[in-house]
Amino acid sequence: MKHSGMKTRKILSTSLIYLILIIISVLWLIPVLWVVLTSFRQEPGAFTSNFIPEHWTLDNYKNLWTNTVYPFKDWYINTFWVACCTCAISTFFTLSVAYVLSRLRFAFRKPYLNVSLILGMFPGFMSMIAVYFILKAVGLTQNLWALVIQYSAGAGLGFYIAKGFFDTIPRSLDEAAKIDGATNAQVFFHIIMPNSGPIVVYTALMAFISPWNDFIFANIIMGDNYNKWTVAIGLYQMIQKNNIYNNFTQFNAGCVCIGVPIMILFFILQRFYVAGITGGAVKG
Amino acid sequence: MGFANLVNHQIIKGLLFLAVEVGYIVFMALKGVSLIQGLYTLGTKKEGWVTQPGQLLPVLQKGDNSMLFLIYGVAALVITGLFIVMYFVNLSSARKLVSDRAQGRRPNHFKQDIKALADEKFHGTMLTLPVLGILFFTVLPIIFMILIAFTNYDSHHQVPGNLFHWVGLSNFTDMLGGNAVLSGTFFHVLGWTLVWAFFATFSNYFLGIIVALMINKKEIRFKSMWRSILVTTIAIPQFISLLVMQNMFNQFGPINELLVALGFDRVDFLVNNATNARIVVLVVNLWIGIPYTMLITSGILMNIPNELYESAKIDGASAIQAFFKITLPYVLFVTAPYLITQFIGNLNNFNVIYLLTGGAPSTTDYFQAGKTDLLVTWLYKLTVNNYEYNLASTIGIFSFIICAIVSLLTYHNTASYKREGDFQ
Repeated sequence: MKHSGMKTRKILSTSLIYLILIIISVLWLIPVLWVVLTSFRQEPGAFTSNFIPEHWTLDNYKNLWTNTVYPFKDWYINTFWVACCTCAISTFFTLSVAYVLSRLRFAFRKPYLNVSLILGMFPGFMSMIAVYFILKAVGLTQNLWALVIQYSAGAGLGFYIAKGFFDTIPRSLDEAAKIDGATNAQVFFHIIMPNSGPIVVYTALMAFISPWNDFIFANIIMGDNYNKWTVAIGLYQMIQKNNIYNNFTQFNAGCVCIGVPIMILFFILQRFYVAGITGGAVKG
Repeated sequence: MGFANLVNHQIIKGLLFLAVEVGYIVFMALKGVSLIQGLYTLGTKKEGWVTQPGQLLPVLQKGDNSMLFLIYGVAALVITGLFIVMYFVNLSSARKLVSDRAQGRRPNHFKQDIKALADEKFHGTMLTLPVLGILFFTVLPIIFMILIAFTNYDSHHQVPGNLFHWVGLSNFTDMLGGNAVLSGTFFHVLGWTLVWAFFATFSNYFLGIIVALMINKKEIRFKSMWRSILVTTIAIPQFISLLVMQNMFNQFGPINELLVALGFDRVDFLVNNATNARIVVLVVNLWIGIPYTMLITSGILMNIPNELYESAKIDGASAIQAFFKITLPYVLFVTAPYLITQFIGNLNNFNVIYLLTGGAPSTTDYFQAGKTDLLVTWLYKLTVNNYEYNLASTIGIFSFIICAIVSLLTYHNTASYKREGDFQ
């Protein structure tokens, strides 16, 4: 009797968990669904009283890419270009700093660790105006290189996760190589890199995604030169008060055009991402 | 500089040192000294019509730009700092030469020096570019903004056209009580920032762990499906999901339409009602944050030895007791650094607040801030909308101090900090 009671309780708790998980899934998917549905909606305007469009259309996508009012295509290409350059430069910076701090011992090491900890505590864009003036002094404002420089320049401070990963690669590997006469550079390129697939992919993925996300710096650096905007500024401006009625469905189409590729990229690389963020933690 | 190298046949190295020295002296003589002087005065000539002695009519005088004086002055100081570093490198190189000679070794050839850059000096090779990047785009701007906090560079002293000056600590004293409106705003915003960071961090953390536990429970099937659904939201760029959320909670957005359809009144979620807006930002933050915690903790949860739970069960512990006595301590131990980073990240969580409410509801009690503004969003508005650079910098320094205190109190006590290098 008691046994079957426990069994019922177990079934009850399992079904309760299923119920909660279903509710959570719905809550998490509804906003996504809403964006996708709205992007196919024919009725103009920001808000309609029905969740599902009355008339379906592909015009929002067509208008988004071909219209003459705002250059969404340019924004997309700009962002892609900036993302690729940033990805290459800052991945290299981050990984080399992480390797050096993890493996080599030199006088400057402890100070570097402490200073980077302190620098990380300043609000990132407290200094945005100063960065703007520095870029202006070298004549780079309203230029895509300015964004690449700004996104990559700080990469040497984001080494924590990669360093944690390198710390877990056994030292015996490099020592064996060194006995065979390898230099530190060879150890880095031939031993550490091939053994760090997940963290390389993770670092590159993060560096690639950040330009799609950044609104603050891009906005300040590009100002009103809308041909050089990135998608983040563009989409933000599209739904400001004056524009929202005309642009809202196209805004949603834009969100889909940005969200879907990044989502696919993310799902393909998900296991690297998990390995990246849990890095040392799981192994420790 | 470089003399020791030249005498010891390290011609190229010696010439390089010499070139650096000559370059620095030329730079200081031509530009540097006046730049550093400018740092002291911040400009003396105001733009305007001036009558020169001996002239009849006033001419338009081009004014000094205090901003550029400050930024170039700081840059000159940084260059001087780099020169001092070079000087010490030169000294140590000379010292090495002396000791090499004393021991009868031949000094390194230039080619050998270059080779060393791939081996013993590899750290130098790898760090140079990243450090220069940090120096010019993080350190220099931060020094610059710290200095701004000691000037009166506000909306009444905009360059070009006007000059600004050093004012000592007056921005700080204003902020802490000298100016009633300003300090009132500061302490209210600070209070909400701390409340927000606390609730945002811990609500995400505990609910995320609970969701991870539910998915990990062995009776539950389709584990990877549940996980993928949540991970979808990590994959969407944050500014998109936040702008979408802002529209969802709009007065005429889908949520209000749903309420109307169910026979309720419309609710003002984001615009005019401070309590609602604060709750909504916390709830939306859950939507953003729970998947991260879920993802991070599920791996850790699977690592907890099952025997612990079994023996707890034999001792008669309930599921809830097991959670608080086994799961939570274990996860806390491993994720303490993550929790701290999250807390500091939330203190500076610009996106969620700015893209959702923009700080609204605004109030006249506050100086250019709204009821959901954090210190960072207030800082941003003061900079971009109001040109109160000195106040913005002062706030930046205060939020740095808060972050520093939080980290110092907690970071040094975490296991992963103490065990740095244990693996090696």
